[in-house]
Amino acid sequence: MNVKKQFFEGLITQNPVLVQLLGMCPILAITTSMFNGLGMGLSVMIILTCSNVVISALRKIIPNKVRIACYIVVIAGFVTMVDLLLKAFVPALSKSLGLFIPLIVVNCIILGRAEGFASKNGIGAAALDGIFQGFGNMVALTIMCIIREFFGAGTFGGGILNGGKGIQILPPDAAALGMILPVGGFLTLGIFIAAVQYFMNKPKKNKEVAK
Amino acid sequence: MESITSLLSIALGAVLINNFVLSQFLGICPFMGVSKKVETALGMGMAVIFVMGVASAVNWPINEFILKRFGLDGFLQTVTFILVIASLVQFVEMFLQKAMPSLYEALGVYLPLITTNCAVLGVVLQNAQKGYTFPEALTYGITGGVGFLIAIVLFASVRERMEFAKCPKSFEGFPIALVAASLISLAFMGFSGLKVW
Repeated sequence: MNVKKQFFEGLITQNPVLVQLLGMCPILAITTSMFNGLGMGLSVMIILTCSNVVISALRKIIPNKVRIACYIVVIAGFVTMVDLLLKAFVPALSKSLGLFIPLIVVNCIILGRAEGFASKNGIGAAALDGIFQGFGNMVALTIMCIIREFFGAGTFGGGILNGGKGIQILPPDAAALGMILPVGGFLTLGIFIAAVQYFMNKPKKNKEVAK
Repeated sequence: MESITSLLSIALGAVLINNFVLSQFLGICPFMGVSKKVETALGMGMAVIFVMGVASAVNWPINEFILKRFGLDGFLQTVTFILVIASLVQFVEMFLQKAMPSLYEALGVYLPLITTNCAVLGVVLQNAQKGYTFPEALTYGITGGVGFLIAIVLFASVRERMEFAKCPKSFEGFPIALVAASLISLAFMGFSGLKVW
């Protein structure tokens, strides 16, 4: 029961990106192809889960006054691990995400969950929270990627399907390059959040958003 | 002469062409969060310039003389930099409280928020990645902050006007601000062809 509630909170009603409006930098910057979005989403999910577990385990030991610094050290440790692992095993992803992998350290989602959830709850709940919130973040990132990639390059699944080129849906001439540039990032996220708010204000149709 | 032109081109790049907020997407959280009024935006911008400048100046010798010397720069960079920035912000806060109470009052709540501003960590990491010399790193830090200030003040003045404009209900608040940010970023794209030297 509680698990189910947590899942829906992470995915929809308390979605970290679309409702809590945390972690804006990566969602605007790297959502240009599906490969980036999934990679970033997975990395954040792993780091969030690990740091939630560690912080929850240490919640009685960490003194209240220096807690933010302690959280940041724990998070930075996991971010460095993921960074090195990606560099070793998925160099293409590491190259295309670039600076934004080390910058996961200052991603407000992770610090926000550490402060708001993991520091008050047990290890099991914190781990589930990390997984669900990370999943919600990944879904939002991937949807952004699909929209921006479709309008910006006319492809689907860039970096993963069809040998990395993606499946061409629109003819290449019809693509609007602006959607892949910063302009498109702000615009797509704005319209996306507006759409989510529109559906959230219609409580009866909440289930349709889930799809 | 050579070095002055290179510093100038770094400065111009950081302020206009590769603006931290509008084309590199660093520091979006404070950009969206504290831009409801021009005054607060100005305060935040000033604080960011200061911290970015000091963070660049402090982290450069640490990276060059400690991390690189002992071969730790591959895996300790992120941890060291963020710790230095966090303690630096705390230190700056205490120092200002004692030495310049008026400035401390003006910056107020924005100072602690700067720790989680990705523009600060971003500029330090970029300095290390690009292998800048000390003056270059310092210039990049300060002018990056100036770019942030320009972007956030422009955006805040747009948002102040927008409060009185009508818009569809679902777009109210955050979404319409994002659309406005997209238009400002479109305007900044005009600088992208700018090449000085």
